[in-house]
Amino acid sequence: MSASGPAGAGPRVFIVDDHGLFRAGVRSELGDQVEVVGEAADVGPAIAQITASLPDVVLLDVHLPSGGGQAVVSSVKAAHPEVRFLALSASDAPEDVIAVIRAGARGYVTKTISTAELIDAVRRVAAGDTVFSPMLAGFVLDAFAALPAAGADRPALDPELDQLTPREREVLRLIARGYTYREIARELFISAKTVEHHVSSVLRKLQLSTRHQLTRWATDRRLA
Amino acid sequence: MIIRLLFVLGTLLSVGVPVYIVAWLLVPMVGEDSNIATKALADRRGLALAAGLGSLLVIVLVIISVLGAGWLGNLAWPLVIGVAGVALIWRNASPDEQIMLRRLAEPLLGWPRPGKRPATVLRTLAGTVLLAGGLAILLSGHAGAKLLLPLGGLILVVAAIVVILGPWWLRIALALVAERQARARAEERADMAARVHDSVLQTLALIQRNADQPAQVVKLARSQERELRSWLFGGSVPGVAHGRATTLAAGVRLIQQEVEALHGVAVEAVTVGDCGLDDHLDALLAAAREATVNAAKWSGADVISLFAEVEPTEVSVFVRDRGCGFDPEAVPGDRKGLAESVQARMARRGGSAIVRSALGDGTEISLRMPRVGGPRQPSRA
Repeated sequence: MSASGPAGAGPRVFIVDDHGLFRAGVRSELGDQVEVVGEAADVGPAIAQITASLPDVVLLDVHLPSGGGQAVVSSVKAAHPEVRFLALSASDAPEDVIAVIRAGARGYVTKTISTAELIDAVRRVAAGDTVFSPMLAGFVLDAFAALPAAGADRPALDPELDQLTPREREVLRLIARGYTYREIARELFISAKTVEHHVSSVLRKLQLSTRHQLTRWATDRRLA
Repeated sequence: MIIRLLFVLGTLLSVGVPVYIVAWLLVPMVGEDSNIATKALADRRGLALAAGLGSLLVIVLVIISVLGAGWLGNLAWPLVIGVAGVALIWRNASPDEQIMLRRLAEPLLGWPRPGKRPATVLRTLAGTVLLAGGLAILLSGHAGAKLLLPLGGLILVVAAIVVILGPWWLRIALALVAERQARARAEERADMAARVHDSVLQTLALIQRNADQPAQVVKLARSQERELRSWLFGGSVPGVAHGRATTLAAGVRLIQQEVEALHGVAVEAVTVGDCGLDDHLDALLAAAREATVNAAKWSGADVISLFAEVEPTEVSVFVRDRGCGFDPEAVPGDRKGLAESVQARMARRGGSAIVRSALGDGTEISLRMPRVGGPRQPSRA
């Protein structure tokens, strides 16, 4: 999906974060690389304004005053599936990050990401690609590894969705080790497109599976 | 307050009248600006009530003495003063104290209660026997005008009270103290957490992003951020005891913190799974630390990736940078870190270390250590 703003401008971006200072910072950083069409500080205003302005990419804080960012994602996605979300957070509680991803965000980065990386991430999400930071890859590997293997006492409900393929695991591991998609492609002798395909597939599994185990995993972690 | 109550009881037993009154007038309540005496004197209705109760008691005593129970006369005055005192104390006690007084009265009024533990019943029984014995001796002592018997009786009565109520008073006092402390701690913590999370963490993120003096500011901001995080989320870092890690994930986190603090380089640490440490995994962590420090010192990269994964049969750690790289075949003789601290250390424990590097193309060190035992745990971030 290319930019629909004024000629020369990048993707249209909306910023949701409850800290005004942070919003201003991101706005000035992204500068002329993207077109910032609006910002909001909480779930309610965010949903209303995003629905009105229909940006290409929403930069979404994982933690908002009146609940997690996933509320924004699911409300907007229901009516406007074309709006894409990139999750950002300052603290890395795995269950919160996974919840936003499961709601439909295309990626997750930490707030300490460099400006160049952030702009690149926004572009990739706008183009329909995924943005998996090493941290997110680790969380996902952990979430799937914590599931009991299908077989012994429990038949796989949907093996397609319940498990990662060995190749997907390999790709996630390389992301966690700090490889970019391009470096992974070179390492595995596959095309960058194929890497993207694997990651998208992981994202789809994460989002589509209704597996209560994933929820269980999140709950267990919260209790721990 | 318990002390005051004991004095009242003492008063009832014809001792401690002056002591009680003096203490009562002079000792101010904890947490109150006026003592009970001041408040009691200002409480007209309370005074009236005390006077009323006292006079009622006098009448009852007079009737009793008329009926021939003359020995009660010995107790009459302390009893009257004691009852009036109790009434005043009750009316002027703080709400907290009233609740406590009610609790104190509970086992006497509500006894025997269903479901009481046998020990409590036994204790109460023993106390009652002591009390009865003590009273009997005390009263007969008065009748017989002997000097030592009343004292023995008094001791028995006090012992009875202590036996019956002592442990219970102690428990209440301890529970109250613990409860207050816990509440104060929780409030303080919630307060600080909210404030720090909203301001300092966010500001630190900003500093890292917009610094004009990148190296120094980022280094400071990062170490400060780590400190705050570990303080915020659980006081001490989970899995770390006495500065030493007890699990693999905690060990990786320690490496990350130390290298970031000492070398001013960001370490992006990711751990999948977790397990306890043994000699083998200690060696693995030590090698991983050495590899990370090496990358921080020599590679010139500003980010180092540190990835650890716990699998059923082995634990692997990858340390990667996109720095200058080097030719592993041509390491100068004075840089023994890699060969000694990493490869030899891993080999001694049955693990392996593979170095992949090329000039200008970064470095990755892959460490693998077979696991001896212990099930895999889900990781705790």
